[in-house]
Amino acid sequence: MGEPAVPPAPPTVRLRGAGLSYATRQLWQDVEMTVAPGEFVAVLGPNGSGKTSLVKVLLGLTELTSGSVEICGTPPKRGSHFIGYVPQQRGFDRDVPIEGVDLVRLGLDGHRWGFGLPSARRRRLVAAAVAAVGATAFAHSPVGRLSGGEQQRLRVAQALLGDPKLLLCDEALLSLDLKHQREVVELIDAQRRASNIAVLFVTHEINPILPVVDRVLYLVGTRWTIGTPAEVLTSAKLSELYQTDVQVLQVGGRIVIVGTPDSPHTEPGTGHYHHVSEDRGMLS
Amino acid sequence: MTLADYLSETFVRNALIAATLVAVTAGLIGPVVIMRDLAFAVHGTAELAFTGAAAGLVAADDPILGALLGSLVVATAIGFLGNRERERNSAIGVILAFGLGVGVYLLSLYRGFATAATNILFGQIFGVSPGQIALLTGIAVGVLVVMAVLYRPLLFASVDPELAAARGVPTRLVGLLFVYVLALTVTEAAQIVGTLLVLSLAITPAAAASRLSARTPVVIAVSIAFALIAADGGLLLSLIHSDVKASVFISAISFALYVLARLAARWLRPALDARRRLAAAGPQDADVRLAVQREREDP
Repeated sequence: MGEPAVPPAPPTVRLRGAGLSYATRQLWQDVEMTVAPGEFVAVLGPNGSGKTSLVKVLLGLTELTSGSVEICGTPPKRGSHFIGYVPQQRGFDRDVPIEGVDLVRLGLDGHRWGFGLPSARRRRLVAAAVAAVGATAFAHSPVGRLSGGEQQRLRVAQALLGDPKLLLCDEALLSLDLKHQREVVELIDAQRRASNIAVLFVTHEINPILPVVDRVLYLVGTRWTIGTPAEVLTSAKLSELYQTDVQVLQVGGRIVIVGTPDSPHTEPGTGHYHHVSEDRGMLS
Repeated sequence: MTLADYLSETFVRNALIAATLVAVTAGLIGPVVIMRDLAFAVHGTAELAFTGAAAGLVAADDPILGALLGSLVVATAIGFLGNRERERNSAIGVILAFGLGVGVYLLSLYRGFATAATNILFGQIFGVSPGQIALLTGIAVGVLVVMAVLYRPLLFASVDPELAAARGVPTRLVGLLFVYVLALTVTEAAQIVGTLLVLSLAITPAAAASRLSARTPVVIAVSIAFALIAADGGLLLSLIHSDVKASVFISAISFALYVLARLAARWLRPALDARRRLAAAGPQDADVRLAVQREREDP
């Protein structure tokens, strides 16, 4: 007992017996999960399974109905500097009068009152974040005139600005083409390795992030499971979760899940073809 | 009388001061109105300034005070009835229709000069009293201070509301405060250009400015400059052509600036885009740079 006890660093995210219900229906219940610094966790599940609600809980915008949640050992609170947030890709209006760098800058001081005097330190921080995501070339363009991929890069830069411990990405790849999807995933992966940032990545499509994922949290109704992709993404495990016969197929190193209720893959034809053509696109 | 003679008259100087105050505040809020898609709210509060002014005329023979108090009521109603964008526009439409009906009724009760009524609708700049100048100055200073304090959170909440909320910006409060700022500014502007032409100072200059730049501070500065040219220029022109109301010239100059800005943007944009494409071929993207290099080497 001679040495001073150094308490081990708390996990970046800890959920204990966590559950969320709305007036009319129950979402996930009794979730036990910790996310370690630098870990990349994918959150999967059908529409309405409470993936975005989980993000809102971590952002401090929604309260759990049962159990507890901690981020870096403290309860979540709105505007916490522990968290960087990359929301769903939503195009900006074409003529919105703001440039890329100014959008990124709002991630640093957009919540402060006043207009903010010019500061060399702030300019350096913003320039560094923009450079880190490879956005220097288009940072001075109007955001409304950038492609979806370019806008998402700026959003990642904005999220990284406050030196977060946790990066929350909510469908951050939606409506990006395959090339931009890959670029944004590589970017996020590189950043979390460089700065030991934990990543919680909500998505309905596992394939673009499969190469970088450490664990998968899969939410279905009130049930959930967590584990490595190899543990979770199996026919047996998902059939148990969905309580119906679900097939997990490997096609060219990619995963296709067939037979889940209310997912596009159950529709005869379209969902299937969409998937196969997407795989071909990635292989070519 | 020459223009120089007019400028030595107190009533002309008062009118110029009033027009300048109105142009600065309207030009300032314009870009945010565009960002938040609030053009209809501007139109709605402006027309309801008519109801407030009519009430002011009937109750105390003071249309400006009536319009200002009315605008605060209207802003509160808009702020609380319409949370979502789609809801908001229909809420404004509902309030607008009812409010105008009340205004027409109030005006039928008024036993004063009939011109007082048309002045509300089309503006009457030359009757501004020193007391009203003091009131307009107070409002302008208030609007400037609130906009300076709100600047960053308002910009954040307007451009990216979801993210702003997550970063701890009180987006609802900021939005509500802006509706009050908007209502006061619009009511102030209605005294000069009339309730029917307020958009020519609160929207048109900002719309023109945002064709020319995407840097927010530049857009705000250009918007204020355009509003000043339109308001003060229109006022001076109406001194020379005294049979035409100032608001006619103000809306005409404002529209001309907008058309010119659009034409200029057609020239500017391709040049800017070309520069951007060139910049994109910089060290960021090795493939493009190589391609550019190869093109240069073997034409």
